[in-house]
Amino acid sequence: MNLLFDLLPVQATEYAKQVDALYLFILAISAFFTLLFVGLLVGFTLKYRRRTQDERPEPPHEHYTLELVGGAVLLALLMGMFFWGAKLYFKAQRPPADAMEVLVSGKQWMWKLQHPSGKKEINTLHIPLGKAVKLSMTSEDVIHSFFIPAFRVKNDVLPGRYTQVWFKPEQEGTFHLFCAEYCGTEHSRMIGYVRVLSQEAYDRWTMNLGDADETPVQAGGRLFAELGCIACHRPDAGALGPDLTGVFGHEVALSDGTTLIADDNYLRESILNPQAKLVAGYAPIMPTFQGSVNEEQLAQLITYIKSLSN
Amino acid sequence: MSSAPDTSATAMPKNYLNEKITVSSWLLTLDHKRIAILYLVSLLAFFLIGGLAALVFRVELMTPEADVLRSETYNKFFTTHGIVMIFFFLIPSIPAVLGNFLVPVMIGARDFAFPKINLASWYVFMFGGVLALIATIAGGVETGWTFYTPYSTMYANSNVILAVCGAFIAGFSSIMTGLNFIVTIHKMRAPGLTWFRLPLFIWAMYATALVILLGTPVVAITLVMIFVERAFGFGIFDPALGGDPILFQHLFWFYSHPAVYIMILPAMGVVSELISCFSKRRLYGYRVIVFSSLAIAVIGFFVWGHHMFVSSQSTFAGLTFSFLTFFVAVPTALKMLNWIMTLHKGSVSLASPMLYAFGFLGLFVIGGLTGLFLSTLATDIHLHDTYFVVAHFHYVMVGGGVMGFLGGLHFWWPKITGRMYPEGLAIFAAIVIFIGFNLTFFPQFQLGVHGMPRRYHVYPEEFQVLHIASSTGAMVLGFGYLIMGAYLIWSLKFGKIAGKNPWNARGLEWETDSPPPTHNFHETPVVRHPVYAYEYASETSNEPDVQSEKGHV
Ligand code: HEC
Ligand code: HEM
Ligand SMILES: [Cu+2]
Ligand SMILES: [Cu+2]
Repeated sequence: MNLLFDLLPVQATEYAKQVDALYLFILAISAFFTLLFVGLLVGFTLKYRRRTQDERPEPPHEHYTLELVGGAVLLALLMGMFFWGAKLYFKAQRPPADAMEVLVSGKQWMWKLQHPSGKKEINTLHIPLGKAVKLSMTSEDVIHSFFIPAFRVKNDVLPGRYTQVWFKPEQEGTFHLFCAEYCGTEHSRMIGYVRVLSQEAYDRWTMNLGDADETPVQAGGRLFAELGCIACHRPDAGALGPDLTGVFGHEVALSDGTTLIADDNYLRESILNPQAKLVAGYAPIMPTFQGSVNEEQLAQLITYIKSLSN
Repeated sequence: MSSAPDTSATAMPKNYLNEKITVSSWLLTLDHKRIAILYLVSLLAFFLIGGLAALVFRVELMTPEADVLRSETYNKFFTTHGIVMIFFFLIPSIPAVLGNFLVPVMIGARDFAFPKINLASWYVFMFGGVLALIATIAGGVETGWTFYTPYSTMYANSNVILAVCGAFIAGFSSIMTGLNFIVTIHKMRAPGLTWFRLPLFIWAMYATALVILLGTPVVAITLVMIFVERAFGFGIFDPALGGDPILFQHLFWFYSHPAVYIMILPAMGVVSELISCFSKRRLYGYRVIVFSSLAIAVIGFFVWGHHMFVSSQSTFAGLTFSFLTFFVAVPTALKMLNWIMTLHKGSVSLASPMLYAFGFLGLFVIGGLTGLFLSTLATDIHLHDTYFVVAHFHYVMVGGGVMGFLGGLHFWWPKITGRMYPEGLAIFAAIVIFIGFNLTFFPQFQLGVHGMPRRYHVYPEEFQVLHIASSTGAMVLGFGYLIMGAYLIWSLKFGKIAGKNPWNARGLEWETDSPPPTHNFHETPVVRHPVYAYEYASETSNEPDVQSEKGHV
């Protein structure tokens, strides 16, 4: 990458190419208007430069055709940008259903990552080529932001809730990973790499590092039993709490008559602050687990509950 | 058409500057012109502090590693730079200096409606400023000028509270100034000076004052909330205490987006005056400019969420804020159109203030257009929090705001001080500043596009070349400002006597002496013509324009 001559950074995903097309469109429009404007500025200044001290130019006439036409043309171009940008934004907001989920936890000043296989790593994210990857991210302290320039993706990573980012790498190689939101002293050292490997290499990598850890789903299942969730959340009729099978991604009816779609943040809240949204038909007896599970365990529990919906 | 007053440089006629010269006559003055000077001196001091901080960290950034500063210190430097430049220089700059000096004079009044509040505003401002400086000197602040939570409330271990109090208090001085502007413009215009005869600078001050009055209380409350959470641990923003960190960003940007218009609308007003004077005619589309200022002031309150596209606000919010943001671009573009059309068939001269106006136009067009990349959702996701944003806002705030301020300062300098500065040097400085500015900030667009995040102390090597270019530019820019400071100070004593109207401009301020007498006018002017009446000898006379011999441009 040569910063002096390359207009654009590496495009390691299809999405990056699409974003760049839009970028070039706005760039073309901007360049056109800049040149037009500067051209007129220089042109008028030369043509109408003051030649004698007693020149007395006509005051301009007040008519608004130019403004109306100019404003309308501009607005049309701007709406073009808006819709194009919005279309891509929708795409960025909707990970495909089969995306592989990696758990990300930011803390001052490192990135902790955990793969579906249970592999953990810090500051370097290994991912397989050509496979959609979704990151489910949270922070243990302040706000960070997960930024991979080569993929044109970025999202803030917040304490107390989950945010996500997804991408489908189409080029093998090593790319920068940056923290983009100022997070304190070593913010500029909260960086790392994304290594895109071929599927075989990725599998081999997963094996190699295999220290026989359990996967997040397994760990979550174990916690579910250890913490006693299973006592109330059983699939039988006499259970004190609702059956959690098929909850994630589906509609939940709440006791105040509203409904919502259960997502990561809802599951999180249900565990940490169960009284906030009560499921219709159940008593408010679930204890809070705030303080008795850490971020990592929480993410594992949620992954486990999500796995019950597959 | 008398003007060129007699030569003897020492014997200026009685005016606001030489009437009384004791220290207390300055510190207790109720004269808006003297208060403007108090502000000018204090703001330039802040500008110097903010500028030096920037020079230091630009030197640091010449290499990818940490060499001059430790990370902690680096963070304190950019925070100081941001807080000082935004809250203690740019927000007050044009309103508190040029606005304070000119609003009453331009509308033919003797002073503001509330001169005591005006003086109080300066003391309040200085109190806030001194608190912020103490915060900086006694250990520093490292939150960034944006004070994002929960970092600022629970994690930063520096003088956040003091700095926040400083910004909070300074806000009240803005409010006092804004209040004075609105009441004075409503109530104290000279006979004949109807709303649509007001100079565009006055309209700009009016629109700015509206934004100040509506926006500043919100940031004040927000700063109080930081204080309460940090000092007493009340959970407002920190999720660990049951708060919401995004709430802070909403509140902060609800003020700070409109605040960018507090910084740019006044500069736009100045530029309108300059372009009219140095094209020798009324502005093309006067009313369009007026209404676009008001439109910007209003729409500006509905777009704050464009700073939060990746903050995890909802998809719907993202779409709405992106959509609305494009609507601010339209009135802004119309102003550009009107300015350029004023030159068309005008009589254009390139005196130094006009060079600054041209600098404004050239840089602001880039600043504004790069805003479009940031308003478009998909491109902003990539560019947000990179050097692209840094470049964008410097193009608008320094390229636009500061250029406008300097243009206005040069234009009205003869009115304020009674003397001319050396024109040749001024042109030279303007060119150096323009080149230095572009060298500093243009490479930052490229840095940002390639992914260089902002607020980075150390960075990957491939970014170095462009960082060196940028740091070099910063020195050129600093040198330009230095020349300017030097000749302006020199001119105070040695400058040529300016006379009433050295630019042969129109507007009531040019009909009184330079410097004006304490009560501005010897008799209340009566306005007889539409604004920018270059076809008449002056706004108050019916004689046709006789081209002035002394107009030296
Ligand atoms: C004392 C019994 C009890 C225990 C123990 C318990 N829960 Fe619950 N849970 C409930 C009840 C009752 C509800 C429904 C009322 C509500 O929403 O609080 C519920 C609701 C939930 C929901 C929302 C379900 C939906 O259908 O929307 C989730 C998720 C959940 N619990 C997870 C857990 C996890 C994980 C644990 C263990 C860490 C746990 N619960 C332990 C009783 C319990
Ligand atoms: C033409 C109109 C403008 C548009 C469309 C526009 C658009 C934007 C957008 C969308 C952002 C957010 C970028 C991001 O953080 O990812 C932004 C940032 C910013 N803009 Fe503008 N802008 C315009 C004019 C201005 C003006 C006139 C000023 C100041 C005088 C200004 C100052 C700023 C500042 C200070 C920031 C960054 C704040 C920060 O994060 O520290 N902008 N602009
Ligand atoms: Cu960070
Ligand atoms: Cu904004």
